[in-house]
Amino acid sequence: MSSEPTAAAPAAPTVVKGGSWRERVQQLMALAGLLLIFLVFSVASPQIFPGYSNVTTILFSTTVVGLLALAATLVIISSGIDLSVGTAMTLSAVMSATFIVNWHLPVWLGIIATILFGGLIGLINGFNVAILGLPPFIATLAMMLVAQGLALVISNARPIYFDTTEHAGYIWLSTGSIIPGTRFPNAVLVLALAAVVAFVLLNKTLLGRYDISIGSNEEATALSGINTKKWLMIIYAVAGLFVGLAAIMISARLGSAQPATGAGYELQAIAAVVIGGTSLSGGKGTIVGTVIGALIIAVINNGLQILSVRQEWQNVILGLVILVVVYIDQARAKRAATT
Amino acid sequence: MTSVEATPSVGSHDPGLLLQVEGVDKSFPGVKALEGMRFDLRKGEVLGLVGENGAGKSTLMKLLTGIYSREAGEFWLQGRPLVVHNPKEAQEAGLSIIHQELNLVSHLSVAENIWLGREPVSGGFFTRPGEQVRRTRDLLARLGMALDPKAVVSSLSVAQQQMVEIAKALSFEATKVLIMDEPTAALNDAEVDQLHELIRRFITPETGVVYISHRMAELKRIADRITVIRDGHYIDTMPMADTSMDQVIAKMVGRAINTAARPENVRTDRPVTLSVTGLSTKTLLNDVSFELYRGEVLGFAGLMGAGRTEVARALVGADPITAGHITLNGTPVTISSPAHAASLGIGYLSEDRKRLGLMLQLPVSHNIAISSLSGRFSRSLFVNDKAVKATAEESRKLLSIKTPSVNQLVKYLSGGNQQKTIIARWLVKDCDILIFDEPTRGIDVGAKEEIYQLLNKLAEQGKSIIMISSELPEILRMSHRVIVMADGHITGTLPAQDATQETIMRLATHRDATTATTTITEEAGH
Ligand SMILES: Nc1ncnc2c1ncn2[C@@H]1O[C@H](COP(=O)(O)OP(=O)(O)OP(=O)(O)O)[C@@H](O)[C@H]1O
Ligand SMILES: [Mg+2]
Repeated sequence: MSSEPTAAAPAAPTVVKGGSWRERVQQLMALAGLLLIFLVFSVASPQIFPGYSNVTTILFSTTVVGLLALAATLVIISSGIDLSVGTAMTLSAVMSATFIVNWHLPVWLGIIATILFGGLIGLINGFNVAILGLPPFIATLAMMLVAQGLALVISNARPIYFDTTEHAGYIWLSTGSIIPGTRFPNAVLVLALAAVVAFVLLNKTLLGRYDISIGSNEEATALSGINTKKWLMIIYAVAGLFVGLAAIMISARLGSAQPATGAGYELQAIAAVVIGGTSLSGGKGTIVGTVIGALIIAVINNGLQILSVRQEWQNVILGLVILVVVYIDQARAKRAATT
Repeated sequence: MTSVEATPSVGSHDPGLLLQVEGVDKSFPGVKALEGMRFDLRKGEVLGLVGENGAGKSTLMKLLTGIYSREAGEFWLQGRPLVVHNPKEAQEAGLSIIHQELNLVSHLSVAENIWLGREPVSGGFFTRPGEQVRRTRDLLARLGMALDPKAVVSSLSVAQQQMVEIAKALSFEATKVLIMDEPTAALNDAEVDQLHELIRRFITPETGVVYISHRMAELKRIADRITVIRDGHYIDTMPMADTSMDQVIAKMVGRAINTAARPENVRTDRPVTLSVTGLSTKTLLNDVSFELYRGEVLGFAGLMGAGRTEVARALVGADPITAGHITLNGTPVTISSPAHAASLGIGYLSEDRKRLGLMLQLPVSHNIAISSLSGRFSRSLFVNDKAVKATAEESRKLLSIKTPSVNQLVKYLSGGNQQKTIIARWLVKDCDILIFDEPTRGIDVGAKEEIYQLLNKLAEQGKSIIMISSELPEILRMSHRVIVMADGHITGTLPAQDATQETIMRLATHRDATTATTTITEEAGH
């Protein structure tokens, strides 16, 4: 999954300057940062940290935040923000359990319905932003509260458990392993696949092109003859699909839908996006960066746990990492702009 | 790449000069923007500075005002070495600049913009909005500008915003050197006259103006001397009085340009393609009706605020209309958005390239392809990057857009080359009707003529072009017919043979019809 040079699209025949070049430096920096942090922890805990099983654990724990971060990337590039991804995931997970456990839908159908349900939440966000013209922060903040409330209402504020035998297939999706004899969790493969899909969407399709264009200058994009409202709705809806997928992964991992969790994930997702070099003012961002950003967060959390640093300090350190990374990134951008 | 601090080489500077620039170098990745550049500004003069798009004019001015740092070269102000590291220091040293691109904060008012960073305060902390508005009113009155100090900048037209920039630059008391980078690109003749009057009043034996422009006739009127640069090199400086504009142009582009050309293929027997009746908007337009013929170049002339841009925006569905019918090739249509207009084959190039035209952070290729992505450059949802690049490359050659590569971010292009990029966008799109609002804003004389010929070719192929322009020579050069507007009305339509500066200006300042209707609507309103 960490095949990095994916960004090397067919290079221009003549001089390669400006955007693409700078973007590549940025990704290399993020990757170097990831390796550096990994190295530090490996030195601090040479027995446990770099081992196969721990690396697998890190990758596994990246899944949920990673999927949400993919969703957030698409939205942030359009110069929007999505604060609802965390609780929308919770609500979708509750819906998944409702479909499969309470309504006895076949697992495959429940999965499709859950992903679509995530997309529906995204579509509503998109409608509120594009058609009603609400600021994305407000629209998705409202959705964050609504989703949290609905998750509790629908589940009667109680976890809904999947049946380990009846719904074994569902749980297998996250914790099982399709590669025989490796115990390498499927969830990681799901994230990898989702990242590839997001990469293709962003770099090869109209959706990505319009996303970036809207983020760079929405009004100019509209005057270029693009139906920006329609595309914004599509962008939020597609982001919602990734949230729906995250809902399946988290509930499969836990074997249950936990209606009281979810809040806080949106900030981790946004942090991953930002660490990955996507600009919060829109118009630029990469999927590879976001994946690296999510990995950095997972590595830090895992490393600190192994070193038995208290949970509270983990957040402090993560906060500092965000400050440093974004500062370095901006300082470089500024230097590039004035020389 | 560190900047070399100017250590004055003794003896080469002249204290009699207001501003002296020697041996300036500046390069950007892939571009040598300036090499051994020099010029001088005498006390009490207006120095015209000309050169093709991308010649390095704006870069030079940004070096002078501390926005970029120079790699080599020296500046002297009144014989003393000038070293500035940022725009504020430049301002304190007495250099004030009006940039080519508008630099106003669009959600602040006129007054707030003018005094930004210098707000009148009481107790060192509390702002005094009343005082600020009063000062602005005084300033605007002194400058003879009819602007509302409390108007929010985003509600102003580009020309009005330009006026705010000018007022701001003139509000600094200590200014000795006023640098104007294409101050008139968005202004029409009357406004240009007004600006020139302001410049004459600004000039004293101790001050000077550097005036960058692509409009030759204007330079003839205002400049005392003219400096020509080409491809980052100094070429020559000539006294304006005994230099003809053709000589200047020849030095600038290295060949002769026919500036006396007139509209081509004017015919009166063409079928109507677009017909507009009774178009009105809430704010300005009142009963605008006109027809556009197939293969015609229809010019729209008028003063600032006459409503030409509003017609264009209403037509493509960018602004709501309160009344009016649009018929396209005989079928009545209701155009809901620019996207809808584009799907009907109507393209609109906005007058405000920075705010409404460009995706500044994105490559030239994207800026050219954006309008055509979902037809020509994609199959199902997938974008064909090869085709995008190839077409962008073609456009770059066709319009001679100066850039190291089409992958370059468009924000790094010179103003004129940015404008060419948006023109390319609409040439690639293949619309039947093109509405071009100030299409050649900031484009040099040579390139302008090339664009005129391209537009004529399009018209010949049966495309129809609406050309809104504040530049009368451009209107006269291109238009098969000229529609003149004033105060949201059409005050007259002139066939090419009747259109002259005088007839157009008379209609543009025509008050009779308008005052009559205004009174009626006012009475109806009460
Ligand atoms: N920040 C930048 N980064 C890279 N290249 C730049 C930058 N600024 C200017 N250039 C390049 O330097 C050259 C000179 O640009 P400049 O803006 O000075 O031209 P100009 O003479 O003002 O042209 P115009 O008449 O179009 O305004 C151009 O080729 C431009 O692309
Ligand atoms: Mg310029």
